[in-house]
Amino acid sequence: MVKQEQELDNRPDNTAFTQQRLPAWQPMLSAGIVIPGFVLIGLAFIGIGIALFVTSRSIQVLEIDYTGVAQDSPCYRCSDPDTKDCMCSMDFSIDTLFKGPVFFYYGLTNYFQNYRRYGASKDANQLSGDLKYFTNPSSDCSPYQYDNDKPIVPCGSIANSMFNDTFKLYQIVNGTRKQVPLDGKGIAWWTDYNVKYRNPSVTPLENAFNGTVKPVFWSRPAYKLDPTDPANNGFINQDFLVWMRRAALPNFRKLYRRITEGDYAEGLPAGNYTLEIAYNYPVLSFDGEKKVVFSNVSWMGGKNEFLGIAYLVIGSLCIVMSIVMLIVYAKFKFPEED
Amino acid sequence: PNQLTLSQLGGDERRVDSRTIYVGHRSCPANEAFIPPKFCDNRIVSSKYTVWNFLPKNLFEQFRRIANFYFLIIFLVQVIVDTPTSPVTSGLPLFFVITVTAIKQGYEDWLRHKADNEVNKYPVTVLEDGRRIRKESEKIKVGDVVEVEENETFPCDLILLQSSRDDDTCFVTTASLDGESNHKTHYTVPDTEKDLESLNATIECEQPQPDLYKFVGRMHIYKNNQEPAVRSLGPENLLLKGATLKNTQKICGVAVYTGMETKMALNYQGKSQKRSAVEKSINAFLLVYLCILVSKALVCTTLKYVWQSKPGQDEPWYNEKTQREKDTNLYLKMFTDFLSFMVLFNFIIPVSMYVTVEMQKFLGSFFITWDKDFFDPEIKEGALVNTSDLNEELGQVEYIFTDKTGTLTQNNMEFIECCIDGFQYKYRDASSELDGFCVTDGPVNKLQQKAGREREELFLRALCLCHTVQVKEPTEGFIASSPDEVALVKGAMRYGFTFLGLERKTMKILNRNNDVEMYELLHVLNFDPVRRRMSVIVRAISGDTLLFCKGADSSIFPRVRQEEVERIRMHVERNATEGYRTLCVAYKYLSAEEYAQADAGLREARLALQDREQKLMAVYNQVETGMSLIGATAVEDRLQEEAAETMEALQGAGMKVWVLTGDKMETAKSTCYACRLFQRNTELLELTVRTLEDGGRKREERLHELLLEYHKKAVQDAPPVKAAVTRSWSLTNQDYGFIIDGATLSMVLNESNESNSSRYKNLFLQICQNCTAVLCCRMAPLQKAQIVKMVKNSKGCPITLSIGDGANDVSMILEAHVGIGIKGKEGRQAVRNSDYAIPKLKHLKKLLLAHGHLYYVRIAHLVQYFFYKNLCFILPQFLYQFFCGYSQQPLYDAAYLTMYNICFTSMPILAYSLLEQHICMEVLLDNATLYREIAKNAMLRWGPFLYWTLLGVFHGLLFFFGVRYLFSNPALQDNGQVFGNWSYGTIVFTVLVFTVTLKLALDTRHWTWINHFVIWGSLAFYVFFSFFWGGIIWPFLRQQRLYFVFANMLSSVSAWLVIILLILLSLLPEILLVVFRKPRGPHARQKLSQSSAGGLQSPRSSARPLLMRTFSDESNTVI
Repeated sequence: MVKQEQELDNRPDNTAFTQQRLPAWQPMLSAGIVIPGFVLIGLAFIGIGIALFVTSRSIQVLEIDYTGVAQDSPCYRCSDPDTKDCMCSMDFSIDTLFKGPVFFYYGLTNYFQNYRRYGASKDANQLSGDLKYFTNPSSDCSPYQYDNDKPIVPCGSIANSMFNDTFKLYQIVNGTRKQVPLDGKGIAWWTDYNVKYRNPSVTPLENAFNGTVKPVFWSRPAYKLDPTDPANNGFINQDFLVWMRRAALPNFRKLYRRITEGDYAEGLPAGNYTLEIAYNYPVLSFDGEKKVVFSNVSWMGGKNEFLGIAYLVIGSLCIVMSIVMLIVYAKFKFPEED
Repeated sequence: PNQLTLSQLGGDERRVDSRTIYVGHRSCPANEAFIPPKFCDNRIVSSKYTVWNFLPKNLFEQFRRIANFYFLIIFLVQVIVDTPTSPVTSGLPLFFVITVTAIKQGYEDWLRHKADNEVNKYPVTVLEDGRRIRKESEKIKVGDVVEVEENETFPCDLILLQSSRDDDTCFVTTASLDGESNHKTHYTVPDTEKDLESLNATIECEQPQPDLYKFVGRMHIYKNNQEPAVRSLGPENLLLKGATLKNTQKICGVAVYTGMETKMALNYQGKSQKRSAVEKSINAFLLVYLCILVSKALVCTTLKYVWQSKPGQDEPWYNEKTQREKDTNLYLKMFTDFLSFMVLFNFIIPVSMYVTVEMQKFLGSFFITWDKDFFDPEIKEGALVNTSDLNEELGQVEYIFTDKTGTLTQNNMEFIECCIDGFQYKYRDASSELDGFCVTDGPVNKLQQKAGREREELFLRALCLCHTVQVKEPTEGFIASSPDEVALVKGAMRYGFTFLGLERKTMKILNRNNDVEMYELLHVLNFDPVRRRMSVIVRAISGDTLLFCKGADSSIFPRVRQEEVERIRMHVERNATEGYRTLCVAYKYLSAEEYAQADAGLREARLALQDREQKLMAVYNQVETGMSLIGATAVEDRLQEEAAETMEALQGAGMKVWVLTGDKMETAKSTCYACRLFQRNTELLELTVRTLEDGGRKREERLHELLLEYHKKAVQDAPPVKAAVTRSWSLTNQDYGFIIDGATLSMVLNESNESNSSRYKNLFLQICQNCTAVLCCRMAPLQKAQIVKMVKNSKGCPITLSIGDGANDVSMILEAHVGIGIKGKEGRQAVRNSDYAIPKLKHLKKLLLAHGHLYYVRIAHLVQYFFYKNLCFILPQFLYQFFCGYSQQPLYDAAYLTMYNICFTSMPILAYSLLEQHICMEVLLDNATLYREIAKNAMLRWGPFLYWTLLGVFHGLLFFFGVRYLFSNPALQDNGQVFGNWSYGTIVFTVLVFTVTLKLALDTRHWTWINHFVIWGSLAFYVFFSFFWGGIIWPFLRQQRLYFVFANMLSSVSAWLVIILLILLSLLPEILLVVFRKPRGPHARQKLSQSSAGGLQSPRSSARPLLMRTFSDESNTVI
C-alpha cells in the first residue's frame, strides 16, 4: 500500500506549469501589424511635435546678462569684488505685449550646484526645524558648521552660498519709473514650503536662533530674510527654498518672482523698462555669468525647442520607416505572410 | 604469522596496506602482546559544519568566490573612504545574498546532520562476552560482533560469521547502494565455529577502498593451540553498510570497516565539479566589464584633476574645502577619488546576477524532473537531476558518446537460436512443435542433419550449468547479474532442460525425461571483461569432473581444437551480422590429477592478499585450455524504443554520435545500422585488427597506411567544414562512418614513437570529426574515458556528452562535460555518477533538443540582458560626472541604486529565463536542425556580446542626453517652477526602468500569465514604490532627497513626453530588427517543418529492414 502511494508520488504532476505548457500568447510582430503601427505612432508623434513646436514658439523669452564683464555694461562697475552694496540698472525695451503671467528667473552659468560635496553640505534635521541640531549642526556642513565656535544656522555650503542679488523692475511710463510689482509667493515647490522645510515652533522665530550665528556669506540672519513678510522667513523663505533645490546642471536658472498683479497681470506691455539690480553675488572668480530671464510658460513649461523637434523627427522617421517597409513588403513579400 | 607482527610493529596502521581485526577484541594465543589497533569510530559525518564553526567557515567559503569577494571589497571601500553612495547600497544586496546562501547551506547541512544522527543513533545489538548489548550505531568499533535482524540495514561493513539460515548464506539487497533490488547471496566464512563466543580469530584485510565489488582478506582461526586455520575472504563474505538483510532471520558479523571508512561512505565523497561553458563566458564578460569599470574610474579621475587645474574650478568660493581636505596629500586624494568612482560605478557588475543565475539554474532544473514525458511507467520513475549547473550545456552538445548494450539496446535478452556441432536449431514459439528440440523449424532445416542426441544434451547441460544464475525463491524466475545468462537458461528450459537451483554447492537440473540430475559445483571461474568468458567446474553423479566454458568467440576459438572451429564460425558470424549476441560453448573432461592441480591453483590464488586478480587470471587461463567446442548460441538484444528516431534526430541536430561498446564489431555494426547511425550510403572506414592484418604486412605499417588513406578520403577530399555542416544531412554529400576496435585504438594512442603518436592521434581525430558516426568496439571502460577525453581536449574544445547505463560507463560519464545515466538494468552506478539520469534513451532527444535548447537560450539571454541592463544603468551616471565637476555625484537616489537590480528589473528576467520558449517544444522536437542555430555557444560569443553592449551604450547615451536637452530649460512645469538634480535622475531612471523592462517584453516570445504579471507588475511596483518612497518623510533618512520628486515629475507634461519619446526611440531599432529578422513565430516554424520534412523523409524511407541491409553493407566498406 505504502509502496503504491510512493509510486504515485513519483509520477510528475501533469499540470500546465510543470509541463511548461502554460497557455501563452505569442506576439507576432508581422509587417501587417508593424506598418500600420508605425504609421499611427508617426502620425501621433508628428501631431504632438507640431503642438509642442508651435507652443514653444509662442513662448516669449527675454534674457538679460548683467554679469558686467564688458566695460560698457552698466554693471561693469559692480563686478569688482571689492565694491560693496553696488547697485546697477539695465535698460531694455519690449516691442509687443509680453503675455502674462510673466515669470522672472535668474540664471547662473558654470556654477556647480550639483557638486557632490556641496550638495551634501547641509543638515536636513536642522532645516526641518529640529532645535537639537541648531546648537549642534551635522558635520556634513563643514566647513560651514561653526563660525568662531558658534553653530551656523542654517549650516552648510548650499545655504551659505544663497543667491543674494535682488531686483526691482520699473516700467518707464512718460519718463517716470513705475515699479512693476513682483510676486514672490509660490515660486518654490509646495511640498518644500509646507512639509519638507519647517521653522522651529518658537515665537518669535528669532528666539530659536539664540546662540547661533548666520551663515558667513549672509548679510542678514535667516529669521530676517524677508522684512516685509514675517511668514516668509527662516527656512521657509521662498528664495531660500528655491536655492536649496539644487540645479541638475552647471548652467541653470531659478525662479525669482512672478509678475501677476495689478496692471501687469495680463503681461508686460510694450515699452521701455529698467531693471534695478542690487549686485552682491560674485561669479567672476569662477568664470560664471549672471542673467535675468523673463519668460512666460505654457502647458509644457518654459520654452524648449528640443522636445518639439525631437517629436517631429521621430514621427517622420516612423513614417519613413513604414514607407520603406511597405516598399520592401510589396516587392519581396515578407516570408511569413503567405 | 609474519604479517600480523609486521602490522603491529608498524604502529601506525595506515602505513601498511592491510589491517588486522581481532574478532570480538579477543587477543589470540599467537600474540601475547595484544595492542588494540586504533580505527575510526562508526560515526558517519556527511555534514560540513557544526554550530560553532558554521559562521566563520561558511563566510570563508562564500567569500572565496571571486564575485563575493569583489563586492566585499567595494563594501569595505565604501565604509572606509568618503564615497558618493552609502555603504548600504552595496552592503544590503551583499548581505542579502550572503544570508540567503548561508541559510540555504545551513538548512542543507542541518538536513545532513539529521540524516547522520538517524544513522548514527540507530540502536544495534553487539555481542560482548556472550551478552547481547544494545548500543547506538555510532559506538560500534572495528572488531565488534554485531547482530542484525531481517529487514535491518547493516550498520557498518561486516564479515558474515553466522547466519540463521541452514545453508550458511544470507540474502541482502543493495538497493540503497547501487540500486540493484535483486537479492544477493552472501556466504559465511567456511568452517567457523558455531559458538561465536569461543571463536578466536583475526581477520587480515586490505585497507578501505571505495570499490563496492572488491574485497580481499583472510581469516586466521585459532583453535586450542593448533596451527591456525586460514580462510580466504572475498566480497561474497562482506556485508556492506547501507545494504539490507532479506529473507534471513538474523546474522552475526564482525565489523571490519566502520564509519567514514565503510565502502558506502567512501563512495559518497563528492564528485568533481563540472563547470559549464556559459560560466566561462560569464567570467570573460565580467572581465570586460571590470575593464570598463576601471577605465571609467580612471577617465573620471584623470579628467577631474585636469579640470581642477584650471583656476577657480578646484575650489570656488561657494564650495570651500574643509581643513582636512586641504591637508590631504594630493596622491592620496587621487587614489580615494579613484576608489570613489569605482564605488559609484560598481553597480555595473551586479551582485544580483549571480543570484539570478543560480536561481534560474536551480529552479529551471525542476522542469526536467517534472516532465512527465520522462516518466517511465515500467520503472515508475522520471528523470533525475543530480546537478543543476549544466542545464544549458545540454543545448551545446556536439559529441555524444553512447554505450551500446542497455543504452541503444534494451539489454533484454531473448534466446533466438543455437547451433550444435554446426547444425542450426532455431526455436519457434509455436505450440505445435511440442517435441521442440529434435524437430526443428522450417523446411530448410528439415533437410539438414541433426547433431546426435548426446551432443544436444551435452550442450543443454552446459547451458544449464555454466552460469551464475539464481532461482528466485518466491516466484518462478531467474536472477543474474547478466541478462544474457538468464536468456540462455531460459532457452535451455524451452528445450527441456530446467535449472532448478543451487543448493549446498549442488546444482539440480530437470532433464527432458523429468529426472533430476545433480552436479556438485566445484568452482566458478567468474566472468571478466578481459577474458570475456566464464567457466564452471562440476562433478557429475557418475564421478566425472567436467569443465564447461562459455564466452565470446574470439576468446573461445583459440582455446579449442581448430578443426571444430570452422563449422561453428560460420554460424557465429552470420548471427553476429544479424545483430545477435553470440556466445560459444565448450567443455572438457578433467582427469583426477588435472582437477587436483586446478583446484590447488585456484585455492592458492584465492587466498592471495596481493595481486589476487592477476593470480586468479593466470590460473583461469591455465585451466581453460584444450577444450572442445560444442556449439554456439545467439541471443537477441532488442533496440531501445525509438532508438533509431532518437539517433537520427540527434544527428540531424548536428551532433556526432560515437558508439563505444565492449561488444564485438559485427554485432555493434548491425546495431549501428539498426539505429540509423550508419545509413545505406554511408561509406564505412574500418580500422580494426582484421583490416590491419589483411595486407599481410606488419600491423604498424598497415595502420600508418590506412590512417593516411582514410584521412585523404574523409578530410582532404571532403568539402570544407562549414559546408559540410550544412550538407551532411543532404543526400548529395558522402557520409563516412568510422569503425575502430580497442586493440587498434590502443595502437593509435599508445604508439611508442613519440612523434608518430601525436600525429596518429591527430589523423585519427580529424578522420573521426569528419565522419557522421563513429563506432568503437571492443572497448575497455578506461578506453571509453580515454576517447572522451581526447575529443574533449581536441581543437575547439567541443562539448561532449556521455550516456550509459552500466558500471563500465561510469568513467566516460564522469569524463564528459555532461554525463547522462540511464536508469537501466545494470544497477545504479551510472545514474549515481551522472549529472542527469533518464529512464530511457528516447528521452535524450527531448532532453537535448527541447530542454537543452531552451535552457541555453534562456540563460544566454539572461546573461546578456543582465550585462546590458547594468551598462545602460550606469552609463548615464558616468556621463553625469562630466556635468558635475567630476565630483562623484550620483545621478540616482541611493534607493534606486540599490533597488534597481533587486526589485525593479530582476523578476521579469527571472520569469523569462524560466518560462521562455522562443520556439515551442513540439517544433523544437520536430526540427532537429534548429539545434544547430545555437551550436558553438552562438548566443554568448563576442558578436552578440558586442551587440548587447552597443545596445546598452546606445540606450545609456539616449537616456542621459535626451534628458540633458530637456533640462536646458529646467522650468518644466506649467507653474514655472524648476526641477533640480534629483528630478533629472528620476526622469532618467524612469526611462531606464521602463525601457529595459519593455526591451525584455519585446524579446519575450512566450507570454504566459506569469510573464504578464511580472513584467507589468514590476513596472507598477516601480511607480508605486516611487510614489511611496517620495510621499513620506522617512525618519531614518538623513536627507529627504526624493521627497515628492516623482509626483512632481508626473505633474509635468514635458517629463511625460520626454519619457515616452525616449522609451520609444530606444526600442525603435529593436522593433525594426524583430520585423526584418527571420520569421520566428510558431506559424513560420510550422512552415519550415513542412518544407524540411521532405528532406528528412527520404533518408527515413531508405531505412530498410535490418536483414536486407546487412548483405549490402559489405559492399560499402572500403576493405
